[in-house]
Amino acid sequence: MGAGRYNALALLRGAITGHRHWGRAWRAAEPGGPYDVIVIGGGGHGLATAYYLAKEHGIRRVAVVEKGYIGGGNTGRNTTLVRSNYRQPQLQRLFEYSLKLWHGLSDDLNYNVMFSPRGALFLGHNDADMARLAERGDALVAQGIDAELVDRDELARMVPLFDMRRDARWPIEGGLIQRRGGTARHDAVAWGFARAADSLGVDIIENCEVTGFLREGNRITGVRTTRGDIQSGRTGICVAGNSGHVAGLAGIRLPIESHTLQAWVTEPVKPMIDTVVMSQSLHCYFSQSDKGGIVGGGDPDFFPSYAQRGAPLRLEDSIAQAIALVPAFSRLRMVRTWSGVTDMSFDGSPIIAPLPLDGLYLNGGWCYGGFKATPGSGRLYAHLLATGTSHPIAAPFDLERFAEGRTIDETGGGPLPQSR
Amino acid sequence: MLQIPCPHCGARNQEEFTYERTPDSVVRISDAPDAAMTTLYARANPRGEEQEIWVHLCGQWLQLTRDRLTHAIRDVVPL
Repeated sequence: MGAGRYNALALLRGAITGHRHWGRAWRAAEPGGPYDVIVIGGGGHGLATAYYLAKEHGIRRVAVVEKGYIGGGNTGRNTTLVRSNYRQPQLQRLFEYSLKLWHGLSDDLNYNVMFSPRGALFLGHNDADMARLAERGDALVAQGIDAELVDRDELARMVPLFDMRRDARWPIEGGLIQRRGGTARHDAVAWGFARAADSLGVDIIENCEVTGFLREGNRITGVRTTRGDIQSGRTGICVAGNSGHVAGLAGIRLPIESHTLQAWVTEPVKPMIDTVVMSQSLHCYFSQSDKGGIVGGGDPDFFPSYAQRGAPLRLEDSIAQAIALVPAFSRLRMVRTWSGVTDMSFDGSPIIAPLPLDGLYLNGGWCYGGFKATPGSGRLYAHLLATGTSHPIAAPFDLERFAEGRTIDETGGGPLPQSR
Repeated sequence: MLQIPCPHCGARNQEEFTYERTPDSVVRISDAPDAAMTTLYARANPRGEEQEIWVHLCGQWLQLTRDRLTHAIRDVVPL
């Protein structure tokens, strides 16, 4: 188990010994089994699921199978934003459950996930926006979730680089801020959960792609992988972005389409924006990373793709918006753009539910907002995989909601995945 | 970026096109409610080739056979 607990003393010791005592953060586990639970997908959500299965449900025979390496998938491709200021009550409960976990996560994992509650700010550009934000803020406060309406003058003080001119391309009238929201370092979240799960005995099996399922009648009894068959009592799919592909291996069609979402980052500069800025009436969001780069993104690409690369069209939209809101960005050089694959569900909300085959479960459909849910999603999915029944917070996010007319549609976009 | 061959106009930039849905997810008026729900919501979503309905801004509807991993367009037919 590598270097044991991380603490200041170990750092100090390293200062004398040239930091040569640090071992692997988690074992390179070989496929074993049979396992009580196999989690397919070693992203943040899958590793969190394994961690909470071991920690809270005492299930130690757990394996995470990952087709690549930990932190190499879509977990490391998001824009790292964390918030819970949704409008629909089911989503508020889900993301607030997660936000509360974020606030103690580094201590809990003994791993610095660099969670930075720097505030998450929605911008309003006109009176209608402000009325909508005020209404959302009231709904949040009624649920006990923090939300604060800020006026134009206060915004100008908070972010002096905003273009506050009345004749700006998109005038800024005010905003709604969730001060407990912010950012976290995405790959540290995956590494932290991997290390903590491993220390509780979870096998993390990398470079092991699932190619099919082991079946006895209507029951899933394990997975076929590129490293051999592995048996399990319960199997949880947790591969958002590729849910359609993996569920397809079991012959299941999901209300999900895979689309790409792009992001961009500029060269690192000195601190210029100390909060997360989002505009939902335009569609862009940006923040400054701890390294100094401005990280941002906007709409997904509006057509199905597993390619992990996108076209400049949507990128141009979000960059144009960001530059209009903060003109100083126009002087920065963009150093990198990338894209990740997202599970676009048909109502914009995730699915945490049993699938029609016994012993097979799904956590997916996070659209392009899953990172913020990582700890909560893992803990709720662990509850489902350990007990076979959904936690009350996860219960609304079942598969039947589509046929039964209980969709949780934050934007009112209707049943098409590209309309989010 | 994709270059999509519009059957009416020829090859055009993807910016001029809108993805609609897959042909197997078009609900028929004669479908029973259960079948209509499955058609409306369940997608094969393959990591590979799939049939897709797109529309060009000229008004032409088309059906592409397109690989969702490589973005290669193998076939296009007017609808």
